[in-house]
Amino acid sequence: MPDIPIRQFDSLIIGAGGGGLRAALHLSSADASVAVVSKVFPTRSHTVAAQGGMNAALANVLPDNWHWHMFDTVKGSDYLGDQDAIEYMCRAAPRAVYELEHFGVPFSRMDNGTIYQRPFGGQSQNFGGDQAARTCAAADRTGHAILHSLYQQNIRAKTHFFDEYFAVDLLKDEQGCVLGALAFNIHNGEPVIIEAKTTLLATGGAGQLFRTTTNALINTGDGMGMALRAGVPLQDMEFFQFHPTGIAGRGMLITEGARGEGGYLVNADGERLMERYAPKAKDLASRDVVSRAIATEVREGRGCGPNKDHVMLKLDHLGEAVIQKRLPGIRQTCITFLGIDPAEAPVPVFPTAHYTMGGIPTNRQGQVVIPVKDTPEEPVPGLYAAGECACVSVHGANRLGGNSLLDILVFGRAAAGHIIDYLAENRYHRKMDSNSLESALNRMQRWDRTGNGDGESVSVLRDELKAVMENHCSVFRNEEVLSEGVNKVEQIAERFKHARIDDRSSVFNTARVEALELENLVGVALATIHSAYARQESRGAHSRIDYTERDDINWMRHSLYSLGGGVDYKPVRTKPISVDSFPPKARVY
Amino acid sequence: MSAQITEYSELKWRCRRGMLELDILLNSYLDKNYNTMSQQQGDIFSEVLDYPDQVLFDLLLGNMQSSDARVSRLVSEIQRTSCNDQDQI
Repeated sequence: MPDIPIRQFDSLIIGAGGGGLRAALHLSSADASVAVVSKVFPTRSHTVAAQGGMNAALANVLPDNWHWHMFDTVKGSDYLGDQDAIEYMCRAAPRAVYELEHFGVPFSRMDNGTIYQRPFGGQSQNFGGDQAARTCAAADRTGHAILHSLYQQNIRAKTHFFDEYFAVDLLKDEQGCVLGALAFNIHNGEPVIIEAKTTLLATGGAGQLFRTTTNALINTGDGMGMALRAGVPLQDMEFFQFHPTGIAGRGMLITEGARGEGGYLVNADGERLMERYAPKAKDLASRDVVSRAIATEVREGRGCGPNKDHVMLKLDHLGEAVIQKRLPGIRQTCITFLGIDPAEAPVPVFPTAHYTMGGIPTNRQGQVVIPVKDTPEEPVPGLYAAGECACVSVHGANRLGGNSLLDILVFGRAAAGHIIDYLAENRYHRKMDSNSLESALNRMQRWDRTGNGDGESVSVLRDELKAVMENHCSVFRNEEVLSEGVNKVEQIAERFKHARIDDRSSVFNTARVEALELENLVGVALATIHSAYARQESRGAHSRIDYTERDDINWMRHSLYSLGGGVDYKPVRTKPISVDSFPPKARVY
Repeated sequence: MSAQITEYSELKWRCRRGMLELDILLNSYLDKNYNTMSQQQGDIFSEVLDYPDQVLFDLLLGNMQSSDARVSRLVSEIQRTSCNDQDQI
């Protein structure tokens, strides 16, 4: 075995967002030795950007119960969510909120001292009745408050952090048990083998697949890429949530509030385009309709700007006073990022990628599950996943606002609970397969060799991949567009084998990190576009203009894409734990 | 590898944040100004990179003012760089 330092822990957690930190805290509090590997300082994880809040049926503002929450989540998922996992999550939600409160999260409160809850889209009372108020928030900084509280609790509980370490690949034994990972210190390039009896992937989403995204640069689907290379398929990757109005070329959101106040979209001819696509609702039509309308205008040559790659959101007719009073945040965002004051000029917008519904398939205990022979969900020993990188699947084809923070906290804790039981039965470290380590080392050291490739630079390929995914796999999907996209992504995957970086230093070699990230993104892109091409229906966030209807008979099933194996399927778990199933119905609001 | 390139790479990595807005603003500022930064400007930029993401967000998006004149000056420079930079990072 090569001469590389080895560190041993009971449990390794890769990723230090809310899911990873919640799991780490539960494990450390149970006296397990826990290592958390994070490529950035933990409190700079993407959870910090979740401003909205977290759903739980506390019934503090309006009547509510977990069963109504469950109904809304199943319906929101367009009936692709697994109903056992959804029941588990909705039942566990109140406890998750109270635990956070005890960890120090300052939830906003009502005058009577109970936690304030705000209404969000998709929430109802009485199984589709009046609006519910289910979202608990710490003002507009819920993610920040949760992340900092969990980090501080982990420091108290003596969780060991490998800050600014990059996890390269999972390590296994000859039987396929996952035994930790190879990582390296970004500061000096030194590798380390982290041996662990269990490994939890909690690396977040993959918004960096697309040119226009709300996701931070760190969201490169690292855990998903690692899982793919370890032989784990990715589930339901065709379901990616987009928001119709991101700032073009930048990605951050202009909320629906701007159109709610009277803003409207225009194309290069100055035409108010939504009048053609949604004559009644116009600019207030649902997100998918507005997103597709914008993409269609651009595809048909009516886009604005020198590259004709966006449309304009007009707000100036509202007047400066109204904009400053009702949309001050949006005004500030436009001035800061575009140098444009929306009170004076229109704002360039394009649909922006926001949330990865698919991911690494798990059961509701967080165990990663794969098909083996006739069994669709066989656990991979020692491997767990939680949060946006996982697909448990509670969001199905479409995530409801306020359910993502809930997902990471509930299933981070659930995975840790199962890990504690696993550790009790697996008390010793297993012997690692040297081939597994060698292959991970080769992957890392490829970029250290002089003339590591004779092809294109990593940054050129990354930009091309993001453009291809945006043009061929965002909100405008049909056979022709997707099929062309599949070919292009396959070609990029092939060209990546010859890619090069010019920096071969060991100290803070960010070029090497970016190359490894791109390899992860390429795998995730293959999974996403192949799964989207194969699914011949429209469901939730996956909208095909050539298959406009949901097709429950043929397509109410999860897709599974594996490297080298293509797309396969497994059934949706329609049977909840303790209540009757919600049968599929038309998803109308 | 020169100390300057190492320092740039380290600062570049510390500009990787949990929020896209910060990624864009900080990277854009660093890329455009690193070669002309004085020692003092470099030190204050490094100091500001230690701030929590939410605080940085509030400062750079104008929701909060710093009582430290050096930080306020840097915030204005970062905002100005962003306004003048129409390239995607």
